[in-house]
Amino acid sequence: MTTRPERHRSLVVVSAGLSTPSSTRLLADRLAAAASAALTESGDTVTVETVELRELAHDLTDQLLTGVPSERLEQVQTSLAAADGVVAVSPIFTASYSGLFKTFLDLLEPGLLAGKPVLLGATAGSARHSLALDQAMRPLFAYLRAVPTPTGVVAATSDFASARGADEAEDDLSERVARAGAELAAFVRAADGRAVDEPRPAAEQAGLTPFEQLLAQARR
Amino acid sequence: MQFGIFSVGDVTPDPTTGRTPSEAERIQAMTAIALKAEEVGLDVFATGEHHNPPFVPSSPTTMLGWIAARTERLLLSTSTTLITTNDPVKIAEDYAMLQHLAGGRVDLMMGRGNTGPVYPWFGQDIRQGINLALENYDLLRRLWREDVVDWQGRFRTPLQGFTSTPRPLDGVPPFVWHGSIRSTEIAEQAAFYGDGFFHNNIFWPASHTRQMVQLYRERYEAYGHGPAATAVVGLGGQVFMAERSQDAVRRFRPYFDSAPVYGGGPSLEEFSRQTPLTVGTPDQVVEKTLTFADYAGDYQRQLFLIDHAGLPLAEVLHQVELLGERVVPVLRREFEARRPAGVPSDPPTHASLREAGEDSPNAHVRPHERHLQEVR
Repeated sequence: MTTRPERHRSLVVVSAGLSTPSSTRLLADRLAAAASAALTESGDTVTVETVELRELAHDLTDQLLTGVPSERLEQVQTSLAAADGVVAVSPIFTASYSGLFKTFLDLLEPGLLAGKPVLLGATAGSARHSLALDQAMRPLFAYLRAVPTPTGVVAATSDFASARGADEAEDDLSERVARAGAELAAFVRAADGRAVDEPRPAAEQAGLTPFEQLLAQARR
Repeated sequence: MQFGIFSVGDVTPDPTTGRTPSEAERIQAMTAIALKAEEVGLDVFATGEHHNPPFVPSSPTTMLGWIAARTERLLLSTSTTLITTNDPVKIAEDYAMLQHLAGGRVDLMMGRGNTGPVYPWFGQDIRQGINLALENYDLLRRLWREDVVDWQGRFRTPLQGFTSTPRPLDGVPPFVWHGSIRSTEIAEQAAFYGDGFFHNNIFWPASHTRQMVQLYRERYEAYGHGPAATAVVGLGGQVFMAERSQDAVRRFRPYFDSAPVYGGGPSLEEFSRQTPLTVGTPDQVVEKTLTFADYAGDYQRQLFLIDHAGLPLAEVLHQVELLGERVVPVLRREFEARRPAGVPSDPPTHASLREAGEDSPNAHVRPHERHLQEVR
């Protein structure tokens, strides 16, 4: 039996909740904890960076208007580009992910999430919104060429412990959270050695095409 | 070192009065600003080129030719000349003619233009922007340096036995800058030919400008034109001044808040922190502008944007005076004091290029190949 060397993993958690405290953040934290636990169990060390989009709402609007990210928004985008795995959680507004969540994704460099394992989460007022995750969020991440885990977790208000029947609902959510976290951990480990070839944003490209080659390509 | 003004040429309502200048007024304002720039001792006036409202300067050489006739020393340039949608043959002809009329006081800055709908009006496609810039400019270099050109390419009809007239003044093609904010291909292009590289700088955190300029400098050296520190760099800047900084902020804020490009976005204070924008006293402008050399290296040309967002002509002329009287004399002294030996103060001019002759990369279509031959 070969022992796997210990690896360091970075998870970036994106939470688009608006209130403080928010159930979206609560779900994001639980998903991150589940993924971290699964990675730690197999001997990896994990750092988790959590991004509250609410705090970046003005910066996001500014980048929409000027085309230029603020320094702190750029730091977040850079962390995301370097992350081994991503937890992305949005509240469901009007049958879909929130506009703030979409704006954040709209402003990422093309290809930034390509090949990256992502755990999708959503919070909603009732379980009747559950399909928004699979019918709205999942295609969005397919477009971004990210790799979402098969299990996405929707937490409705009833999942967060109502007065009656709390135990049953809570158990069900915990189970889903644990399963999704384990899937993200497995995807992160499976990505070892293949993320290298994924496209990176132009600003990060270390290699530059020599000019004569550029010119030859231009005239083709 | 050269200091000057670059104008976008936008027709924008004055947000404090709601009044929109006519095209005639805006065009007259641009030429008045250029004449004032010479009067107060600035070195360069550069005009943008646009082919859609609300911009007026669609015909840069017409405007620059008029200014050339009314000035003695001012260097006339562009910010930018569209190397994508213009026929390189027409650029070769127009700017050679301007060179003759202006007695050599001409250089150009190549740019691609980022407005998608403009391209098809000129039979082009923005998705080919970089490729157009590469092929068209390579042809332009030949048109200015080879008396008879046979050429075949992808984006225009072939040329057989074509001579672009008039030939460049004294056989010296105008010096060319390449402007780009983030396309590494354009920094590479500028480096390959030994041309200048201009970073607009004004919307961007210093780290971005530094990265692009550094790339250009390294590649300039790699192509054998000289040490990276001697590469030819120009930067933009954006200023609004008053004797007291609080007055500058108060007077500029309504223009900032509704300005095209960044209006409705970050606050004036945030934008001032994150970009080269300086709204304050002439001394504050000096202080901030000097920091540009800290991140971009000692450079050769500084252009200021001062006439956009609906600012009235009288205010803009006042700003030009402050630049000429209070800012630029100090900057000239301070930039030279910090400049290491061997780093040129000025970019190449018509006189210096004529003097350098074959020794200058500007004399050759593909100067890199000449270096290779020397090595062999």
